Amino acid sequence: MIALKRRRGAAVLAGGVAAFMLLAACSSDSSTEESATEETATEETATEETATEEATADVAAGCEPYAQYLGNEGASVSIFTSILPPEQGLFEQAWSQFESCTGIDIVYEASDQFEAQLPTRIAGGNAPDIAFIPQPGLLAKLVADGGPVPAPEGTVANVDQYWNPAWKTYGTVDGTFYAAPLGSNMKSFVWYSPKVFADKGYTVPTTWDELWALSDQMVADGVKPWCGGLESGGATGWPSTDWLEQIMLRMYGGEVYDKWVNHELLFDSPEVTAAMDVLAGWMKNPEYVNGGFGDVQTLATVGFQDAGAPILAGECGMLQQASFYANFWGNFQEGATVGADGDAFAFYLPAIDDSVAPQPVVGGGEFVTAFADRPEVAAVQAYLASPEFATSKVALGTWVSANSGVPLDAYADGSIDQLSAQYLTDLTGTFRFDASDLMPAAVGAGAMWTQMTAWFAEDKPTAEVLKAIDAAWPAS
Amino acid sequence: MEEILNGLPKLGSAAAAIAIFLAFLLIVFFIGARFRGRLQGPAALIVFLGPALILVTMGLIVPAFRTIYGSTLDANQEEFIGLDNYAWIFDTQQGVLINTLLWIVIAPVASTALGLTLALLLDRMRRESVAKSLIFMPMAISFVGASIIWGLVYEYREPSREQVGLLSQVVMWLGVEEPPNWILWQPFNNYLLMVIMVWIQVGFAMVVLSAAIKNIPADVVEAAELDGATGWRLFSRVTIPMIRATLIVVLTTIMIAVLKIFDIVRTMTNGNFGTQVVANEMYAQSFVQFNEGHGNALAVVLFIGVIPLIIYNVVQLRKERAIR
Amino acid sequence: MSVEAPEFVILPEPEEGNHGIKEAARRKLSSPWAVLVVAIITILWTIPTVGLLITSFRPAADAQNTGWWTFFRNPAVTFSNYAEVITGGSTTATGIMPYFFNSFAIAIPAAIFPLVLASMAAYAIAWVPFRGAIWIFFGIFALQVVPLQMALLPLLQMFNLGWSIGDIPIFPDLNKPGSNQSLLAGTYIPLWIAHTMFALPLAIFLLHNFMAQLPRDLMEAARVDGAGHFLIFRKIVLPLSIPAIASFAIFQFLWVWNDLLVAITFAGGTPNVAPITSYLASLKGSYGAQLHLTTAGAFIAIIVPLIVFFSLQRFFVRGLLAGSVKG
Repeated sequence: MIALKRRRGAAVLAGGVAAFMLLAACSSDSSTEESATEETATEETATEETATEEATADVAAGCEPYAQYLGNEGASVSIFTSILPPEQGLFEQAWSQFESCTGIDIVYEASDQFEAQLPTRIAGGNAPDIAFIPQPGLLAKLVADGGPVPAPEGTVANVDQYWNPAWKTYGTVDGTFYAAPLGSNMKSFVWYSPKVFADKGYTVPTTWDELWALSDQMVADGVKPWCGGLESGGATGWPSTDWLEQIMLRMYGGEVYDKWVNHELLFDSPEVTAAMDVLAGWMKNPEYVNGGFGDVQTLATVGFQDAGAPILAGECGMLQQASFYANFWGNFQEGATVGADGDAFAFYLPAIDDSVAPQPVVGGGEFVTAFADRPEVAAVQAYLASPEFATSKVALGTWVSANSGVPLDAYADGSIDQLSAQYLTDLTGTFRFDASDLMPAAVGAGAMWTQMTAWFAEDKPTAEVLKAIDAAWPAS
Repeated sequence: MEEILNGLPKLGSAAAAIAIFLAFLLIVFFIGARFRGRLQGPAALIVFLGPALILVTMGLIVPAFRTIYGSTLDANQEEFIGLDNYAWIFDTQQGVLINTLLWIVIAPVASTALGLTLALLLDRMRRESVAKSLIFMPMAISFVGASIIWGLVYEYREPSREQVGLLSQVVMWLGVEEPPNWILWQPFNNYLLMVIMVWIQVGFAMVVLSAAIKNIPADVVEAAELDGATGWRLFSRVTIPMIRATLIVVLTTIMIAVLKIFDIVRTMTNGNFGTQVVANEMYAQSFVQFNEGHGNALAVVLFIGVIPLIIYNVVQLRKERAIR
Repeated sequence: MSVEAPEFVILPEPEEGNHGIKEAARRKLSSPWAVLVVAIITILWTIPTVGLLITSFRPAADAQNTGWWTFFRNPAVTFSNYAEVITGGSTTATGIMPYFFNSFAIAIPAAIFPLVLASMAAYAIAWVPFRGAIWIFFGIFALQVVPLQMALLPLLQMFNLGWSIGDIPIFPDLNKPGSNQSLLAGTYIPLWIAHTMFALPLAIFLLHNFMAQLPRDLMEAARVDGAGHFLIFRKIVLPLSIPAIASFAIFQFLWVWNDLLVAITFAGGTPNVAPITSYLASLKGSYGAQLHLTTAGAFIAIIVPLIVFFSLQRFFVRGLLAGSVKG
């Protein structure tokens, strides 16, 4: 009888759906056609109004900062990114005023298959207007295939004025500047719980040796000091590449790091092998890892988004992750606060030897790459490179810009973002971009991910792992 | 409410597309029907077969040839490099080939065998439809949905903690103190992934085979029973031969589905931990690592893998046609 | 086969030729062991989905820290997971609803187009005599093996850049003048065409098997009366093939509804056109730890296929058989 009831319920529901569709079928208009004509119309207005771009006499109240972007009312710009919710909403909020003042509609689209989808869509002639590309290596590959258009004047001016020249080089391919930096990640952070540290009487380590002394103390207290997660869908393994990069930069300094990025230093070399050995004593150490989840192997099956959860419960001491990880703590515990005396905070992963590399910092970021040179696209590009956008985005929190036009006090005082910005804009430190993002995709988005994952999950011998990564480097 | 109103134009555009499509066909039919006599056959062929052939040519045949040609080019599809891509596959991807072979053999055979068993058992049972519906249900679930569902089954936690994964909890109830981390448990993790495929496909096999069994003429069964055939003998001498054609169709359909499958592996392990299969490696090479040469060669290996299957089926079909 | 058909579905008359004998055999051979085995398998097959359903109604903390089976000891139910997924909560501008409608708008035409074209092609191969019919049939059957992934890029180029052999255009360049945006971008049209292309081989194969079995006398009689192929197709073959066509349409609807790869390639992920699977994949990617939300989203995504399946299963099982079972 129960089965019968369920069946009838389903039938009613399905009947409802059918009636609904019938209703829809009766409406005579075709929205496809409609939107197509609408789009053509907007394009005409857009070209017409480009001519009158200078006529900015009637700027609405509150829209003064956007005067230079006017003249594109009704145009639409599509942006394709790998930045998913919950961060997506903050972007939309940050440029909402720009949209209402300039009349440019920004259509945001995010995919966790971004790296695979973007080249497919470009090759298929369906490129977005703008993409936020996190890998300079991918940018170089796209430029080689044709697609990105060089940065327009307004963007170049903003980048020259507000960014450290190193950032401009990451957006430059073969001497042509394409992509302005957008957000920045400070990757040399270790996350911990200030509350737990206070309870247990731990102090934040400031040297490499203190870090291991603290780890051993946690082991003595019966808590595994480190946790982590490598699982990330199609990008599984990427957090482990960050760990290796931290060690490489700290052990050998910037020049060797650069050689490594360019494959002048092979993976299968004494230097990288030694760095892997250090990593083995850290994240592959069964006494240290994987707090709250189990043995070392569990690194491979824990999602990177989940990895920090045991820290709040005091089951794991520390997590090496980038500044953007600030977004995740609220997922683990409703209302968790991020701050120096909150539920979670981060300290700088100390240098090994200041004489080799003073204040080494590994960072990442996205680059605003355009695939169209329409005026409204150029306007959005210039706006995204401006201090006005960076400041309004910074104000919403959990985001860092290396734009020097953003005052440090725009960040919430004592926030992780402010701390990140401090390290990222400090010119005395050794700043390097995430190595795997600079390497060719076959390595940086392929062999390095899978081989490092096998190193952790299957205990594949170090020499074999390094040889396999070298073998995947594309011949050129 | 607002969302529903916003959705209506979308359904409207779908309805309009269908209406336009059908109206167009009616016009073509009207014109086609005016051809008489010797022209009637050719006109009908063009109208009936033309659209399908054009679509299949553009969507499948041309890309297939492009892929075969592309498999002899380098990563950027610029230089001819002969069979180097194939050499790469057979030198470095043996594990992937072996896994794929295991998948093609085990998943279809297991699905079909289990489906057949269920069909036989259910054939003699009342209320069969309830069981059938529930077993068939996974067919209606997307791979993304299935991966979330099975994530809840294979999830691993330390044995000392509260378990979240069903499988770990069940084996712990059964007295195993330290269940493995299932997804990493080589080589058995391959079979655990196949379980998901079997879970999806058994319903299909069961329903089709069950109907085939019901279609066996009653007098055949009766005659066999009069001869004293029961149980296993009845099954192996009468039932199996009578449904042989259906068994082959079921096996082939599932095999083709398995061969092209990459969603399960992609979402559950992304090919790590020794679970990589050709279809997923192909996707990774072409779309993540941008080595289209490797990707195309892997696709060709897939075609070649199925050719014997297709030939066998064609031979069977020809035999049947000859009988008719 | 059909014992308790749902009321609103018009079922074709079941063939009950040997029902009486079967019924007797059935009672005689039904053993408690068989019932037990079937019951166990049925439960095993259902449990994973039940776990999903229960998890989707549990509060966040419960869902993350305890197994769903503990729900029976500690039954706490919340609807806020569904509320958050449907409205988008505080994190996204749109919830799941736009994607839900997109899935309908994609799947219904993408189920109808290939079926109509395939039934025409199947008729031609089966009943319009011409040389090479059998080879075309085998060729189409063999095309089932072409991996979808390899056809994606050429098709995408065709939709957006056009195709031509030399200077002869095969498919027009639909880019809007002076931009790299195709006219088709942001519409469902590429999705409909792509799904139609990929569905044709299996559809033609199964429908041909069905149509070839229709009685020859019927066609000959009609031809003697002066009916042409168009009339025979419309008045005789099509009505008789409705069970097979309808069943395959339902199958195709489910496949398209559940498809992710074709969708993200041709439609991208915007709420304007992307289907629910695309939303679900990004939900899974971004909310990793938020099991209570991913399960709620997953359940919304599978509810339509389940309704379609449970309400129409008799209908579609029947037609499926027609293609594969020699009667």
